[in-house]
Amino acid sequence: MTQFRRYIPVIAVIAAVVVLQVVLSATHATYYMTQITMSAYYALVVIGLCLLMGYAGQVSLGHAGFFAIGGYTTAVLTTLNLLPYRDTPLVKLCSSLGLIFQRQDIYGADILSFSPWVAFVAALLLAVIIAFLIGLPVIRLKGHYLAMATLGFGLIIYRIVLGGSIFGQADGISNIPPFMILDGLQVNGRVPYRVMNYYIAWSVVAAAMVLAINLVGSRIGRALRSIHENEEAAHSLGVDTYRYKLFIFVLSALFAAVGGVLLTHYNGSIGPSEVTVMKSVRYLVIVAVGGMANLWGALFMGIILNFLSLRGVFGSYDDAVFAIILIVIMLFAPQGLLRMPRLPALWHGLQAREDTAKPVPSEVEGMAVPQKQSGGSNG
Amino acid sequence: MCPGGKKMNLPQVVQYCFAGITVGSIYAIVAIGFNIIYNTTGIINFAQGEFLIVGAMTAISLNHFVPLPVAILLAVVITTLLGGLIELVFIRRAQNASVLHLIVITIGISILMREAMLHIWDEKVRSLPYFTGTGVSTITIFGAHISPQVLWVLGVSAVIVMGLTPFFRFTLTGRAMRACADDRMAARLCGINDKWMVTLSFMLSAGIGALAGCVISPVTQTQYDMGAPLAIKGFTVAILGGLGNSMAAVVAGLLLGLVETFVMSQFDVAYKEAVSIVILLLILVFRPSGLFGKHEITAMRAV
Repeated sequence: MTQFRRYIPVIAVIAAVVVLQVVLSATHATYYMTQITMSAYYALVVIGLCLLMGYAGQVSLGHAGFFAIGGYTTAVLTTLNLLPYRDTPLVKLCSSLGLIFQRQDIYGADILSFSPWVAFVAALLLAVIIAFLIGLPVIRLKGHYLAMATLGFGLIIYRIVLGGSIFGQADGISNIPPFMILDGLQVNGRVPYRVMNYYIAWSVVAAAMVLAINLVGSRIGRALRSIHENEEAAHSLGVDTYRYKLFIFVLSALFAAVGGVLLTHYNGSIGPSEVTVMKSVRYLVIVAVGGMANLWGALFMGIILNFLSLRGVFGSYDDAVFAIILIVIMLFAPQGLLRMPRLPALWHGLQAREDTAKPVPSEVEGMAVPQKQSGGSNG
Repeated sequence: MCPGGKKMNLPQVVQYCFAGITVGSIYAIVAIGFNIIYNTTGIINFAQGEFLIVGAMTAISLNHFVPLPVAILLAVVITTLLGGLIELVFIRRAQNASVLHLIVITIGISILMREAMLHIWDEKVRSLPYFTGTGVSTITIFGAHISPQVLWVLGVSAVIVMGLTPFFRFTLTGRAMRACADDRMAARLCGINDKWMVTLSFMLSAGIGALAGCVISPVTQTQYDMGAPLAIKGFTVAILGGLGNSMAAVVAGLLLGLVETFVMSQFDVAYKEAVSIVILLLILVFRPSGLFGKHEITAMRAV
């Protein structure tokens, strides 16, 4: 029963996703689905980062780098034209194994390149290997040192992308073919495939959430939380802190890479703007706003904030809005907006302040209002 | 790229040395800014690089109305006040926050400052005029042609470093700040207002940052988003010298500046950024206490 209860929110979200699709289709507002689909892929990065930051307490300022490793690997492999090398033994071998397919580019010229499945697997493998190699030394670091090291990693990936001609430098890579998952099922950003891709993205997110929830509730999840609470204590109790931290670092990089691969096929292009430090900070903001150790908070905030940002609601103040949200949340609601169990404490705290006739800072009141309302039904 | 190495004659070596020392001394000033705040609060202020840009940008704007020395002085004062304001508004409220939260807050501040600068000063690359002479006037030393601005950079950096040492050693305020760095609770028990010392440390590092930003502006020019790379390099230098150790930061800064310049002279300019990041990662992995630091101290501090 408890096993089942754990999945009630998952089922509720799936129901909400279906209802949303029906409503959007009925009101002929399906164009919203494009941004929702993109937000869902970004949410994958956020879910992974939430496991790393929220549960294991390890900061990463380089997750856009892992996203880019996924996205750029698939972009390069599926657009690399192997036609001139058609007769080399290696290409012939790959061809006979069905790893290569022929298509036509937008000008009608033939292109022989790796199939997206090959690229997908290669991208994930590469992300895991790089995350492991980077993680080996870096995950030993703490606090500021870890933040700066991961930031440095992100910057190096950015420089490589910007400087490497194979990565299209400032232009990025475009004309990336759709990802045929099965016959008739493909990751494709074109309008006829909108509803299909909406469901593909949400299926991937649902799978990631189920995986993450199970992980958090497992022995590994308990170990991670003990590391977050007090690493020395966890270590002295026999938790192999280093191994667990490394594992979760690699896993969260894998989540980011999956998001990167799928979004790249969906958009048909990828550019250096996906790899900037600001992108990494954005993922971190979303995890923080969601309440750090709160997978559902991370998912909701990931969808909502990315959706608003992609719709251009924030205009040229996009980055500034994220920064302000970040600071306000950190100062006034460090447990995140959706953290319900803390509400009674906050409520008591406010009352206690009023009792002692201390002026309540107006911002605190402002922040507390939506919480009080949403918490009303909670008791 | 030619890893075999380009042959260099003496004037060229001198030329590169000066270039390296110039950027290196600026890195050192950024690192000292990091150290001042780190020592009193245990926070790494990710917005340190932005102070340089705010200072330079303010001076550039003011220079339209007032003479250069006045513009720089005002810019330093304004940035100093801004530093204090940031501490009062953001950092003081977050006193009980964890390191993770504080990192996130200062990152937020740095983005906010960068975006504000983008909207105030747009994306254009600007610069202050050369303090003496013009962009083409040079002084010849050992056959190398050095811009007089380089001497300004070196001179001002030296004055900042020389000034800070007696400030921390002999003045009451400086000693109080050091006391807070040593043991905040004990300092408070001695009657030191530790909260104001933290504010002061933000003001001080904002002020010297602004001054450094002004003197380097004619050489490197100034753009709204140049703060982050400066912060990374400043942090590399601070780590290289051992976090909190300002004198070692000077040595480390000059070292990084020289290494970077000579690598640039041999390889592609595109790899300039990568040099300091690779050094940063190596030093973090192999000697997180810095080149001159004792291991245990930083290990304790880092937690």
